[in-house]
Amino acid sequence: MSLELLGISVLWIFLFGYLIVGSIDFGAGFFSTYSEWTGQKHILHKIIQRYLSPVWEVTNVFLVFFFVGIVGFFPKTAYYFGSALLVPVSISIILLAIRGSYYAFGTYGAKDNKLYSFLYGVTGVLIPASLTTVLTISEGGFLDITDSGVHLNLGALLSSPYSWSVVLLSLVSVLFISAAFLTYYAHQAEDRKAEQLVRRYALGWSVPSIAAAILVFYALRSHNPEHFARMTDLSWMFVVSLVCFLLAITLLYKRRSYGIAFSAVMMQYFLAFLAYGISHYPYLLYPVLTIYDGFTNRTMAIYLVIAFIAGLLLLIPALYLLLKLFLFNSKYVKGMK
Amino acid sequence: MEYDAVLYSRILTEMTLGFHILFATIGVGVPVFIALAQWMGLKHNDPHYLLLARRWARGFTITVAVGVVTGTAIGLQLSLLWPSFMETAGQLISLPLFMETFAFFFEAIFLGIYLYTWDRFKNPKIHLLLLIPVVIGSSMSAFFITTVNAFMNTPQGFDIVNGAIVNIEPLKAMFNPAVPTKTAHVLVSAYMTSAFMLASLAAYHLLRGRKHVYYRKALRITLIPALVFSIATALVGDLSGKFLAEYQPEKLAAAEWHFETEGEAPLLLFGMVDENQNVSGAIKIPYALSILAGNMPSTEVIGLNEFPEDERPPLYVHYLFDVMVTLGMLLIFIALVYAVLSKWKPQHMYNKWLMRAVLISGPLSLIAIEVGWIFAEVGRQPWILRGYMKTIEGATSSPHVGTMLIAFGILYILLGIGSIAVLRKMFKKNLPEDELAARGN
Repeated sequence: MSLELLGISVLWIFLFGYLIVGSIDFGAGFFSTYSEWTGQKHILHKIIQRYLSPVWEVTNVFLVFFFVGIVGFFPKTAYYFGSALLVPVSISIILLAIRGSYYAFGTYGAKDNKLYSFLYGVTGVLIPASLTTVLTISEGGFLDITDSGVHLNLGALLSSPYSWSVVLLSLVSVLFISAAFLTYYAHQAEDRKAEQLVRRYALGWSVPSIAAAILVFYALRSHNPEHFARMTDLSWMFVVSLVCFLLAITLLYKRRSYGIAFSAVMMQYFLAFLAYGISHYPYLLYPVLTIYDGFTNRTMAIYLVIAFIAGLLLLIPALYLLLKLFLFNSKYVKGMK
Repeated sequence: MEYDAVLYSRILTEMTLGFHILFATIGVGVPVFIALAQWMGLKHNDPHYLLLARRWARGFTITVAVGVVTGTAIGLQLSLLWPSFMETAGQLISLPLFMETFAFFFEAIFLGIYLYTWDRFKNPKIHLLLLIPVVIGSSMSAFFITTVNAFMNTPQGFDIVNGAIVNIEPLKAMFNPAVPTKTAHVLVSAYMTSAFMLASLAAYHLLRGRKHVYYRKALRITLIPALVFSIATALVGDLSGKFLAEYQPEKLAAAEWHFETEGEAPLLLFGMVDENQNVSGAIKIPYALSILAGNMPSTEVIGLNEFPEDERPPLYVHYLFDVMVTLGMLLIFIALVYAVLSKWKPQHMYNKWLMRAVLISGPLSLIAIEVGWIFAEVGRQPWILRGYMKTIEGATSSPHVGTMLIAFGILYILLGIGSIAVLRKMFKKNLPEDELAARGN
């Protein structure tokens, strides 16, 4: 495998990691706030808090890891995306900052502050929407590239059916992934009431998530026909992804094996996102930047790969410990510790 | 003000970093003291120290949260505001940036575990051991990110041939000449600042008339290390002066209003300077600058006039340098008075005036950190990559920096107010005496 391909694969894995842990986090925040509005906070709050408290910081690092990595492996992305995305990414940063800190303020400091909980819940759904702009822009067609620099054509972005369909997909996916995970978690905690509630959410958001995905296909077909054509070559992956989805909702519907159901949801997104990534190859930013012309020098790439492997040797046992203590420890999950 | 993307980008970066380093400094130093308190508590089976560790850790989570989110902001702003700089420098500095993220990841995982496993392990030492990766992670991330900043001051490990960067040596770039003094200064000053901040809290309670031995122990466990770290900070500061004389003479010359190259150079304290380089009202310490630069009164110190006018830093950095050094000396003095009294005149060690001084020592050390960083950063203007790229060449051409400046300004005000309000609320009604009583001590 070439270093370029290795680099982008590593980053892709971290982006997928963020997609999952971030979705759980954002969706959980939204459900927590929503349950407050509907007077069901007592059902959901504790279970969500118990999961999020030890891991929220780690979730954030997945994102940092991705953007530090992409600038490291592909410094030219800093130029193109950095120049163009000042406004949308700054909005994401501000939302993330409000959400992260007010989560901590609410959890560790002031108990039951309505404002904090509102900010936490609302930013949770706005962040995925603002972050997906980066993916949308990578399809090309939204940037004015001249000698004086790279500028985002905000009008084109806001009037594009493609960009709105991606936003929609990200929103419903966040809610679906999160609800599927929380169903599993609540079941582990033997918290029947919470389990029932989030199971309903998961089933409720399942159909919209598939509908939104189909919408994205259609919008992409007119926005970037070349990419769409490559995606149809990989249609078998999308079909397997759909099978995973059907398995997940069947299990959720029959109230069986929530662990497998959530794994199936992860597989569903893994395959769809992988197929999306493969068909995007070799472009980082269509059609001006490929992974080959945007790549860093070979020496640095080799050092980065070594640092990456060394880092993983340190991280994987640590992450395992974290999961073992808080996710797969039935006493902790049930709130006995 | 007329729209100027470079100026606005600079202000926004200053604002983000200026806000972030307050929390980052605490984030690097406080885990060390939590570990110290918990270790003392276990060693002497002393519930006071154990409670100190608990309470510090509780407040720490708030500062970590704000540190994490503002750190994410500056991480992304590097590319958003300085895209051309990152495109170039990204090929040289991505190794330490990457490693910084790993260190941060490591810290985040263990901090999460630490905070949620009080009383969970049968052997309390295991819980203490969890702090080791937290301390290593936070100090290492400070180390790695400082090497990036050091690289911007003394770039090396590459050649430029026809405008292209070639012959890259990532380790040489990372371990550049500014690294030893810069990272040492950053680390010890962070430990020092955290020590004074925590001491300030104890002094506040003692001044309010609370006499519980808990506060006295808190003062002792922070102020004695504060003395050590503040002296270490000053010693490393002296080494930094020698480093500047050798590698960045224009920064030292601007800091000291030293215009002509000469030996037996005096150090100037305070004073004013006019556009004709006439200095008035300054206190002159003969030979001191030469000694700072090279340990000998005869050492020749390069003057600012050796540099073209468009490569000189602004002269106001002198005031920043003065404030930093003065505050550093004052902090050493405060900690020293406490240490001397506790050894020889313990009946006066809780003297009201000393406690007032300790109370302000925390905020003063934060000011010293801010001023020191502004001095270091403005002192390398006009360069973003000294000798290679000017700040003006690295900035974005986006027309929206002004709007973002306002948006982030509001954000930092909200975060600042929020964290102060929450920290006050956490501790105001929940006094350690009550907590000790509730725990049966």
